Amino acid sequence: MSAPVVSIRNLSHAFGALTVLHELSLDIQPGEYVVLLGPSGSGKTTLLSILGGFLQPTNGAVLIDGRDCTHMPPAKRPTTTVFQDYALFPHMSVGANVAFGLRMNGVAKAERQRLARETLALVGLEQVLDKRPHQLSGGQRQRVALARALVMKPRLLLLDEPLGALDLGLRRQMQEELKAIQKRVGTAFVHVTHDQEEAMALADLLLVMQDGRIVDQGNPERVYTQPSTRFSATFMGENTLIDAEVTEISGTTAILRTALGTLALDRPGIRKGKATLTVRPENLRLGTAPSGRVSLGSGEVAESVFQGSYRKAVVRTGSGGDILLKLPVDMPVGIGERVEVHAELRHIGLLQE
Amino acid sequence: MNRFLDLIAGLYALVAYGFIYLPIVVLVLFSFQASRFPLPPFTGPSLRWYGEVLGDSKFTGAMVNSVVVGVVSSAVAVLLGFLAAYGCARMRDRLGGAIRALLIAPLSVSYLIIGMGLVVLFNWAGVPKSLLAVGIGHVVINLPLCFAILYSQMSDNIIRLEQAARDLGAREWQVLSLVVAPVLWPALLASFVLSLTLSWDEFLIAFLLTRFETTLPVEIWTLLRSGLNPKANAIGAVVFGVSILMVVLAELAIFGKGTKKS
Repeated sequence: MSAPVVSIRNLSHAFGALTVLHELSLDIQPGEYVVLLGPSGSGKTTLLSILGGFLQPTNGAVLIDGRDCTHMPPAKRPTTTVFQDYALFPHMSVGANVAFGLRMNGVAKAERQRLARETLALVGLEQVLDKRPHQLSGGQRQRVALARALVMKPRLLLLDEPLGALDLGLRRQMQEELKAIQKRVGTAFVHVTHDQEEAMALADLLLVMQDGRIVDQGNPERVYTQPSTRFSATFMGENTLIDAEVTEISGTTAILRTALGTLALDRPGIRKGKATLTVRPENLRLGTAPSGRVSLGSGEVAESVFQGSYRKAVVRTGSGGDILLKLPVDMPVGIGERVEVHAELRHIGLLQE
Repeated sequence: MNRFLDLIAGLYALVAYGFIYLPIVVLVLFSFQASRFPLPPFTGPSLRWYGEVLGDSKFTGAMVNSVVVGVVSSAVAVLLGFLAAYGCARMRDRLGGAIRALLIAPLSVSYLIIGMGLVVLFNWAGVPKSLLAVGIGHVVINLPLCFAILYSQMSDNIIRLEQAARDLGAREWQVLSLVVAPVLWPALLASFVLSLTLSWDEFLIAFLLTRFETTLPVEIWTLLRSGLNPKANAIGAVVFGVSILMVVLAELAIFGKGTKKS
């Protein structure tokens, strides 16, 4: 692995008596798309502000290309920010907005016009060069803000809920474009959002934040199917959590006892004692477990609702609580039926906190 | 029945507007009087008195003084108000609140009190009665107004624009001159024109703080002391015309922006 673009070391921040970031450390690799996901108040925006230089951390350091930038003002940093409300200069044309940073850095007029046009073309907007921001649609403004930040060729681009102001359809479309543009320019992006779908679609590295701490980090697929904390298991989408106890370990294989029965899981780093199993509703099926799948016990169908692309069902197990399932719609299931629930081993997450 | 009510309403409106505008109409009408007294019967129209006013260096000089005092003091009040508003917008704590209150409070103090205070202070500090003293007085009365107008426009939106400008490498003076001032341009213009209007026909402070060289309202007052004269009407009409012009400019600056946005 090459040297990281950004190294965050033991970063803490407090607003008065309220600590919003706790001893955070993180490396960001060149060209990596990092998404900070968390509820409001989890510290994700504070972290972004510190990376952008708008906020001085109480403790810790931010290194960009190995250089300490902790107390460097935003103007001097090799970072640029796409603000939540875009913060486009309303009195300037789109072209002047995009060229603003170059102008501040003393780039000659002809050159900055050329670069502004080139960057607007990159985001697919060269035709609006002479328009004013208020003449553009929300999605276009978003892209102008992106162009204005990208034209500076930053080492790190920061995006503060960049799609938050757009309606759902446009958000999904912009999300794809954002990812494509990021791959094209190869700049490391740090993107803050509270939209899990957006986070999973965009991230190379997904960081789940809660109360000023990174509670889970990894590629989105891993974080989704095998969350490493209870918070990330429940914050991202629906999940069923089953209490368990690790009773025996041989090698990397552990025997877990739950209220619904016993099963064996092959996981490194597992230890004896309390544990929680997690399993996503779409990874569960009904019936006798075929080979390669493992039974999670049985219960009575308490709910079965057609939801369009899937059928939502709840299996009440009594002692083990309720299990939530998203079944294919063509799989009929009647309320009151006694059924067995099974899943693939790799889809079962294990938490030990 | 409805007709009758409409008639009553129409009459009422006529009386109300008459009450407000009749004095001005009379003033302007008799400024065109041909004879020596601004009293009926109307003998004009004639531009005789306008000619006399414009030929009298005492009045044209006072008019120039009023314009200079107005423009300079308004520019200073807007600049100081802008900088104060810019700074206060960044102080969301109790100290910021106290500074804001102190800056706006003079709005509630009468011009007479402010004028007397300035007379005492300038006397003590050795500043002679002069146009400079009036100018300072007008900055004192207009600064709170400019501050209040400009502070109300310093939204979070502007603070984010500043952040964006700094992020892109702008230095503080560039943030102010290239982003904040242009965005606040209508509010800056409006507070300037409002200050100018208030300074243009301010009498009390100008009266208390000048001696030989003075402003137009003080000159009119001197003229009126020797009795009614169509010349005073002519000057009054000019003052009124200029005031109206400035109010229209201010309205265009404030509401012109609103219509462009929607």
